[in-house]
Amino acid sequence: MTDAVEPDFDVIVVGAGPAGSVTAYRLAQQGLSVVLIERGEAPGAKNLSGGVLYGRVLDQVFPGFADEAPVERRITRHVTTFLTADSAVSLDYSSQRLAEPVNAVTVLRARFDPWLASKAEEAGVFLMAGVRVDALLTEQGPDGAPRVVGVRAGDDELRARVVVAADGVNSFLARDLGLRRTEPTNHLAVGVKTVLRLPRTAIEDRFGLTGDQGAAHAVVGDCTLGIGGGGFLYTNAESLSLGVVLRLDDLVRSGHTAIEVFEHFLEHPGLAPYVRDAEVLEYGSHLVAEGGADMVGTVATHGLVVVGEAAGLTINSGLTVRGMDLAIGSAIAAADAIVEAVAAGDVTATGLAGYRRRLEESFVLQDMATYARAPKFLERTGMYGAYGELAADVFHGVFGLDTTPRRHLLAVARQALKRSPVTVRQLMSDGWAGVRAL
Amino acid sequence: MRTTTVSERLAANRFELDEEESHIHVDQELCRSTGTGRAIIAVCPAGVYSERDGEILVDYAACLECGTCRAVAAPGALTWHYPRGGFGVTFREG
Ligand SMILES: Cc1cc2nc3c(=O)[nH]c(=O)nc-3n(C[C@H](O)[C@H](O)[C@H](O)COP(=O)(O)OP(=O)(O)OC[C@H]3O[C@@H](n4cnc5c(N)ncnc54)[C@H](O)[C@@H]3O)c2cc1C
Ligand code: SF4
Repeated sequence: MTDAVEPDFDVIVVGAGPAGSVTAYRLAQQGLSVVLIERGEAPGAKNLSGGVLYGRVLDQVFPGFADEAPVERRITRHVTTFLTADSAVSLDYSSQRLAEPVNAVTVLRARFDPWLASKAEEAGVFLMAGVRVDALLTEQGPDGAPRVVGVRAGDDELRARVVVAADGVNSFLARDLGLRRTEPTNHLAVGVKTVLRLPRTAIEDRFGLTGDQGAAHAVVGDCTLGIGGGGFLYTNAESLSLGVVLRLDDLVRSGHTAIEVFEHFLEHPGLAPYVRDAEVLEYGSHLVAEGGADMVGTVATHGLVVVGEAAGLTINSGLTVRGMDLAIGSAIAAADAIVEAVAAGDVTATGLAGYRRRLEESFVLQDMATYARAPKFLERTGMYGAYGELAADVFHGVFGLDTTPRRHLLAVARQALKRSPVTVRQLMSDGWAGVRAL
Repeated sequence: MRTTTVSERLAANRFELDEEESHIHVDQELCRSTGTGRAIIAVCPAGVYSERDGEILVDYAACLECGTCRAVAAPGALTWHYPRGGFGVTFREG
């Protein structure tokens, strides 16, 4: 292109979530001029997650970040609970091995995202907050296909060699270019969350923690009234993050409202001992991509790359939702590929193809592939209703000493299974599918 | 925990209301004929949508900007985009 308009920046990054801020940081660090555009009045103002960040990948970008960043607690305890209407069966795993080196931390996005963006600013990124990008600027490329040359925000136009769509799960940018289709509702879930203020000492007492240790509780079963998804209860320094994730197809089918399900969880007797006397600080919701590997489409085209959840990079294994670490992993891959493409003077889809290759070589697409069967597995409804009942029945048989003679665990289990709508065949098939999917 | 209603929980949030324009528009006819009205009332965690005399009412000021309503709406029944830069909900926790 000989008569091309000189771009304002090498790269425009849209969205200052973890994907956008880390991409911008790494680009600036390698000498490119970068603008980071965020629609919230400050980074993080529009963002919400459950809050457990698996941090090893961020450690690669900012070694020892957990000592510097506004993190809440270091997770050393994972509890998985099957809830029924009147009982709870938990698997409780705690280990100091999770503390050193830090495996996972809890974060509150309104504090954590501004820190990440400030790291990008320190590296030379120009941050424009409070600006909503309305559309991509495209031109016809030499081969006739449209190429992205910048963005439009209101009456302003900004041009760059490469645009990075880091605009999250709703990604209007990727959609406009036809890189993302209209997602079927079984590929999406709504997360409904509240943050509850609770004194530090109460948190430590109730969750069995000391110092900056933290606990992550994953809950399935009655907490979602059997709707595909689950509940979470995470500890922050002086608050709790509590919420449900509900698969949209199941929610619509169920005849319940999201508000009903959330309030049912909030008031569940299994949760009451943890949330007693806590005060609501905030209430929010956000969409979650759940399609797994199926949802990841084209991640690079002429002049544009798509990172983080805008590219569908989220894993919901039923017990953990992972998106932030994948967003950061994709940011590293994208930034390095863009630097290479700009240096080579080829920012077409071919020039930017290194991004996909890097994603495939990293844990990002490998983990997506490992969990590729998880969405299908989680559509098996037994996971959310009957299994909790079954487990509760087995444990009731073991601990409910009502002066009738005790029977062997196996007999108890057999009888519970007989009462349960779950068949042995289904149990075995789900078990096998689970092992293969997770 | 003391039981809270959705409006009490929303009252804990900070909102910057765009008085000049709503970021949500519904096509009443399509909402009725496609069942979108019922679906968006069910999925919205903020109770933005309600129904009166067969009309869908939209309280856009309470919107949490999740995009869930948009994801379940039939094509054309709902026009939804993000509020203008700086407007809408501002999370202080996240
Ligand atoms: C309830 C819930 C629980 C979760 N739990 C976890 C968890 O425990 N651990 C985990 O790792 N992940 C979790 N996730 C997933 C995680 O939150 C996301 O995967 C992650 O935030 C994706 O990061 P991102 O940078 O790609 O996108 P986002 O964080 O969504 O950032 C996108 C940014 O783009 C901005 N933006 C969007 N459009 C525009 C525009 N047009 N103009 C300007 N700016 C724009 C937004 O304001 C936002 O700042 C959870 C998600 C939910 C909803
Ligand atoms: S975006 Fe979310 S909060 Fe806003 S109206 Fe739609 S469903 Fe309700």
